[in-house]
Amino acid sequence: MGELNVTRRHLLAGTACGLVLQPIAGEGAPAPVHRPSVPAAASRAITLQVNGSALTLNIDPRTSLLDALREQADLTGSKKGCDRGACGACTVHIDGRRVVSCLTLAARCEGRAITTIEGLASNDQLHPMQAAFLHHDGLQCGYCTPGQIMSAVALMREGHAGSDAEIREWMSGNICRCGAYPNIVAAIRDVAREG
Amino acid sequence: MQEFSLIHPASTRDALVAGAAQGAKFIAGGTDLLQLMKDNVESPARLVDLETLGLTDIEAGASGLRLGAMARMSDVAAHQAVQDDWPVISQALLASASPQIRNMGTIGGNLLQRTRCGYFRDTGFSCNKREPGTGCPAIGGENRMRAILGGSEHCIATHASDLAVALMALDATLELHGIGGSRRVPIAEFYRLPGNTPHIETVLHPGEMIGAVTVPRSAAARNSRYLKLRDRASFEFALVSVAVAMEMANGAIDDIRLAAGGVGTRPWRLPEVERSLHGKAPTDAILRDAAGRAGEHAQAARQNGFKQTLLRGAVLRALQTSVA
Repeated sequence: MGELNVTRRHLLAGTACGLVLQPIAGEGAPAPVHRPSVPAAASRAITLQVNGSALTLNIDPRTSLLDALREQADLTGSKKGCDRGACGACTVHIDGRRVVSCLTLAARCEGRAITTIEGLASNDQLHPMQAAFLHHDGLQCGYCTPGQIMSAVALMREGHAGSDAEIREWMSGNICRCGAYPNIVAAIRDVAREG
Repeated sequence: MQEFSLIHPASTRDALVAGAAQGAKFIAGGTDLLQLMKDNVESPARLVDLETLGLTDIEAGASGLRLGAMARMSDVAAHQAVQDDWPVISQALLASASPQIRNMGTIGGNLLQRTRCGYFRDTGFSCNKREPGTGCPAIGGENRMRAILGGSEHCIATHASDLAVALMALDATLELHGIGGSRRVPIAEFYRLPGNTPHIETVLHPGEMIGAVTVPRSAAARNSRYLKLRDRASFEFALVSVAVAMEMANGAIDDIRLAAGGVGTRPWRLPEVERSLHGKAPTDAILRDAAGRAGEHAQAARQNGFKQTLLRGAVLRALQTSVA
């Protein structure tokens, strides 16, 4: 992209301060939330294997894998929806199995092979599941999509794409509030059919 | 979330020593504990990681099934011997949580998950289970999901585990390890009623951990199943669930075990239903009469009276399916 190498992420990050930290004026405005500063716990350098690369990060024991990926490894594809394991937007694979990264402590992931949505495509070639989601419009706003696709790729590997009903049951850990479910099922069915 | 140190013990012995310290907690899959820590319901000073200890074996032998406490829910559910000889365990696990959570959650952790009562999980409210003596807002408040069996004037929180309900029906035993030694406790004696100490939920001593679960082999276990009713089709806690294991001999019910979830402050065995079925031919009238006895002593709050009706319907359906 040359000189126009401006990503949505960097644009948002660059403007966030100006947008978010505007004082809220006017009567009835909520008081600013006071967040007591928490003393830094003993951080430790750990090495994570993410998408085939070794990443050494300084990790506070409290850090979720999701926060380590997004805030420290600059891999923002995995999304933070509920941060309580209820929505699936943060789904990644650890040693080939799908998990929710929001309920995974990064400090427990040393030596494990982590795959995120950024690791699915090979070079410029989309993973077949990514291509199928595009083809079938398996999304509207797109926020849940990385988690949906990571779950769908794992579901295929698990052998749970035998019928639409089976796909729905085994995709139940991924919530889509836009309601793109019919097209998500169609995308997975398509990939399953093509083997 | 409060600060904590993360300990990776080299052996079960090391884990028990580290776990005996004040403010220490064991972490298995972490799917419940981390939710509670994020919400400041739990704030351990030290987490003892059980991951490196193994304890993941699933062994099906002549005498029965042995599940290591760190075996993943998904692995146990998919195990062929479990599916063949203890199907209620596989079905209860597959009806639990989501595929992602089942890849993380463990057998021991599942049995020790905390209640989903919203008052317990929100530190903005009082809760006798979280802070003894502060009161129970659920009793006069939002209680549609709360228990109708086993409650006290101090707590009506529902036990959330599906697996525990299946294990109650199968008379499983828990192997517990502590710094002073190991012991075996039948699951029927493991969970405590809330009484006036709802914060003490099991007979586990401080620093003790579950090492394994053993389940006897039986003909009834082979003909067992789990029925779970919930507000949405999947990835939801039970309104009511029923585990049933049944063996017929000469046209009569020879062995029958029933337990219910979603209705009790602990996983709830239904002996009154079992007694009325034992030795009888399972005619429709007999099954209906038996199902009608489920939850005889239920005490409903304002919003959860429907659970008794739902329980009886679920028991009837589970029995009908078992004799079909």
